This record gives sequence, C-alpha cells and structure tokens, in this order.
Amino acid sequence: MKGNSTRGLNWFNALSAGAAEVVGLPTSIKAADGQLGDQPARFLAVVADPENRFPRAQTGEVGLLEGWGLAKAVDAAIELDQQNSNKRALIAIIDVPSQAYGRREEALGIHQALAGAVDAYARARLAGHPVIGLLVGKAMSGAFLAHGYQANRLIALRDPGVMVHAMGKASAARVTLRSVEELEKLAASIAPMAYDIDSYAGLGLLWETLSVGQIEQPSAADIAAVQECLIAAVKDVQGSGHGLSSRLGAHNRAASSKVRELLRAQW
Amino acid sequence: METLSFEFPAGQPPVGRALVGCVGSGDLEVLLEPGLPGKLTIQVLTSVNGSSARWQHLFERMFDGQTPPALSIDIHDFGATPGVVRLRLEQGFEEIGHD
Amino acid sequence: MTDSARLLKQHSFVELGARQRARALLDEGSFRELIDPFARITSPWLAKQGVVPQADDGVVVAKGSIGGQPVVICAIEGAFQGGSMGEVGGAKMAGALELAADDNRNGIPTAAVLLLETGGVRLQEANLGLAAIAEIHAAIVDLRRYQPVIGVVAGSVGCFGGMSIAAGLCSYLVVTREARLGLNGPQVIEQEAGIEEYDSRDRPFIWSLTGGEQRFASGLADAYVADDIKAIQQQVEDLLHKGKPEQERSGQYALFLQRLAELDTSTQIDPAAVRSLYQGEQP
Repeated sequence: MKGNSTRGLNWFNALSAGAAEVVGLPTSIKAADGQLGDQPARFLAVVADPENRFPRAQTGEVGLLEGWGLAKAVDAAIELDQQNSNKRALIAIIDVPSQAYGRREEALGIHQALAGAVDAYARARLAGHPVIGLLVGKAMSGAFLAHGYQANRLIALRDPGVMVHAMGKASAARVTLRSVEELEKLAASIAPMAYDIDSYAGLGLLWETLSVGQIEQPSAADIAAVQECLIAAVKDVQGSGHGLSSRLGAHNRAASSKVRELLRAQW
Repeated sequence: METLSFEFPAGQPPVGRALVGCVGSGDLEVLLEPGLPGKLTIQVLTSVNGSSARWQHLFERMFDGQTPPALSIDIHDFGATPGVVRLRLEQGFEEIGHD
Repeated sequence: MTDSARLLKQHSFVELGARQRARALLDEGSFRELIDPFARITSPWLAKQGVVPQADDGVVVAKGSIGGQPVVICAIEGAFQGGSMGEVGGAKMAGALELAADDNRNGIPTAAVLLLETGGVRLQEANLGLAAIAEIHAAIVDLRRYQPVIGVVAGSVGCFGGMSIAAGLCSYLVVTREARLGLNGPQVIEQEAGIEEYDSRDRPFIWSLTGGEQRFASGLADAYVADDIKAIQQQVEDLLHKGKPEQERSGQYALFLQRLAELDTSTQIDPAAVRSLYQGEQP
C-alpha cells in the first residue's frame, strides 16, 4: 500500500502559517483562521489520522467523525461572523481519497454525517461566506461532496495526482461490467468518464487551474501563486451571487443548461 | 445497440399520445404519437444486435388482417421478449383509444 | 383482518413506476409533468457507450398540489439503470428544486417531494452525475429554508451514494420496510473492506443495519409507513402541513459527535447498539 497522502496537510500548513488553529475538532479535521491578503479566511482540510477511533477512516477517508467534524468547523465560522458584513472566506483544501467504507460507517449513518458537512458548507455559502475549493490531490465521490463540492468556486492544481471521480477505477470497472482497460479507453472519448483534471476542466466545473513547482511540499513561490489565485476567487465571489450557477455553460455540459431553460419555460 | 426503422400501411391518426413501459431489464419503453395519415412508422433502439428480422415478424403478425392507426412509434428496448413487446404495444394502442 | 385480506386492501406504492408514484401523491387532477418523455431530452452520453437511453432519463418532474399546497415532485425511476443519476436526470431534479426556491423568493410557497430510488451517480456519466448531485444538495439546502423538502425512500432500489446524502439533507425523510438507505452499496464495501467487515450476500445482516425499520428506529428517518399508497400520501401531506422542522437532522453535529464519542469502537457494532446510542435521552 502506498503511504497516506500528505498533500492536504502540507498545503494546509503552508496556507495557514501563523494562523490560529481551531480547537475541539476531531484530529482528522484541520481548521485555522488566517488571512488571504486583507481578507480573513478559515482554512479547512481532512487529513490522515492513524489513531482514528474508526479503523476504516485512518488514512484520510471522510467518515463519521470527519463529516460531523467538518460541519462543526464550518458552522462555527458562520456563528462567529453572524454579525459581520465581511464574512470570512472558507478555503476547503481538498485531498480526499474516498469516503470511509465500513460496517460501523453504514450502521451509524455515514450518509447523515456527510449530509452534515454538505449542509454546513451550503449554509455558509448562502450566508455570504465566499467558499473556495482548492484541489491539491484526489477529490473522490462522497468525500468530495462532503468537503469542497459546495464551494462557490473550484480551483485545481495541474498535476496527475489531482483527480475527480465518482468511483475508483477498479470498482467502476466492476460495477459497469467492464475491464479497467475498456474503462480507460472509454474515458479517453467520454469526457465525464475521465479521471484527469484537464477533462474535468472541460466540463466547466472549475473556475481556474494552475501549475505549481512542488505540489507535494509547496515552495514559497507556489504558495504565493496559490494565495493570489484564492484572493482573486474570493473577489470574484464577492461580486456575484451565492449559488453554483457559474459552473454551467461548458459545451460538454450543454444538457445541464438546456434542461434548466426548458424547466423554467414550462414552470 | 442498434437502431431499426419499420413502416406499415395504416388508417387515420389518433388524437392522443401514450407512453408505456420502461427501459428496465427485459422491458421496453414505447412512445406512441399521431403520425401522417396512412402511415405507421416505428423506430426501434434496441440493446440486442441482429434482431431486425425478429422485430419485422413480430410487427407483421401483430398488424396482420387489420389496419393499425397512423402512428409514429418510438421503442427503446432493453432485451424484452416478443411476448413483452406485444403486451406493451397492445397497452399503448389501448391507451390512445385504438386497438 | 387476515393477512391476505389486508394485502388485498392495501395498494402497493413500491410496485408503481416513478410517474405513477408522482401522480398518486398529488391532489387529483393537479399533476402536470415538466419536460415530459415526448420532449425527448435523453442522456447525451449513454448511446455513445452502447446503452439504450430512456425518454425521460429516469427522472419525472411534476408540478401540482398536495392538500392544496403547491409542490414539485421529483421521482426517480429505479428500474432504469438502477435509478442512477446522469446529467439530464440530475439537472431535472436540481433545476426543479432551484425553481421551487425562486418561487418562494417570489412569494409562492412551493414545497418539494423527492421520491428516491437510486444507486447514486450513473457511472457512465460519472463526473457529470456527481456534479449534478452536488447541485441537488445545494438546492435542497436553499429550498428547505422556506418550505419542507420531503424525501421518500419506498423501495425496492433504496437510496445510495451521493443521493443518500440528499436524503440526509431533507427536512423530513419517510421510509417503508422495503427501503434501504446507506452511503455505500454492499458490494463496494465488501470489495473495499473485506467480507469480514461487510458480507454483501448476507441479506438479513444488511437489512438489519440499513433497512427502513432500523433507520427509523435509530432516528435517521422521521416516519415509517406501510407500503400503501394512501398511507404514504397521508404521511407526506401531514409532514407538509407541519411545516419546517425546528432543526434539520443534518444540522445536529453537536448531538451526533457527542453520541459517537460515547461509542466503544474496540468491538464491531450491531443494530441494537445503533438504536440505543442514537435514541438515548436527548440532551
């Protein structure tokens, strides 16, 4: 087995350097209040905790504690800024290999825990917090839905290790009764099936992609470039609505717009 | 998967339209709409390749000795048996008020 | 009444298709479908992969009323591709919920009912299904600020994947004995975690953990009803009348974190342990 990814943790540490860490959260949830230029921001990441009480969530998966823990960390920011007109930005640093797969997880309602995280992020967005998702590693399926996919804007670093998908290749092949080779062949011609970040960008779901020199352990120049991009994204959000409509419009997602047009016309 | 087209002589178009079935395993979806007078056209999109002759026979037997209404029929087939196809078509005809 | 007499009197909701279900819940004569099958807005992705599409892409959107209140119903057809969410079906549901929220901002109190029979993302449309589900989540959280969003998992597909999160976001969730609700499908868990952790062929085991009865008994669903059209219709109408809940289940992180902290994770869990952990006295 490959070692746990530390990208999320490294980017969290880099972006939140000198910031005050939020206490009272599960060990696998990192949150800290810092700055992006003159904009206050709460940085959030899900990281591996080898001591996690839930054994199926020890390598960075989003499980029961992580879902509810994210909800707590995000909701606390909404509470803190309730009276402020300048709401702190929420920066979700995304490096999540998957949701947790296990008996305890299903039995105790991991779907509800993930709903807790989605609920908090969505409410933060509706309350006027700019929510930005920064993809530095894997953004898989339920884990991404819980941590990042409610963001106003999504930014991805260009790197083969940055990928978005609904299911890992081996499982996806099994479920669709194909071989991994067949799946890869299809993915090359069917944009939404692909795992790489350029294909994903072609769906219009990303606001920006950018290249960095050292994605695993960012350099000062990498950090500065990403900060600049985050600041621009926050500004972009502040000049627009609280919804997710900026994700619509790509040619490869034409049906999503067409359906909405027709619904509106027939409503 | 393949797309097949069929045409049969028909009477007058009905007023209504109908949808029966579903593209579930061993089932099919049939959309029936008024067609041009005198013509019954059927488009079949099926998951089963090489089944053209089977569909042709099925339709011929169904319309044998009668003049079907003028319809434009769309079929989305997910491996239905001839029995199920016939049942769905009969349901469809009944729903638009002809049989 | 004998069992067979009761069965004869009962009209199964589970056996109905998505369109019939939507019709059955709406006030008589109020059903109006949007983007109906004759509009032929089908999946742009399935045929390219040799998969036969369905004219409505497996999602029925209908406006109407329940007990006089304006509602939009989104019903998933579980028999088509396992109720999986593709680009078109996902956009139908997300778009309908977005318009219902707009209605409320314009003074029209439109509520929503989601009939959830789905395995989650349609893998042939992977990232577009996932994106649509994120938008469905966003729209539920938006709309539910104004009016209840009621989820119904009747069976027989159940509700899984990203759509189980949608179920978890609903103001109220209604289940039957035929329902199953969980994030991950049994086969995927077994594959990822091993048969010791989760035996996907042990049906009684799976139902005991994720079945509707257990979900209701452990407080992860709000109503447990018989598979009967009238009973489900009445339950949905009652919940609509009740209005928004004081707090949605998905907002109760403090309670759930506290309960999870009390759990001994050194041993494996069973259904009774879940019930007692979650249904203990509320603080």
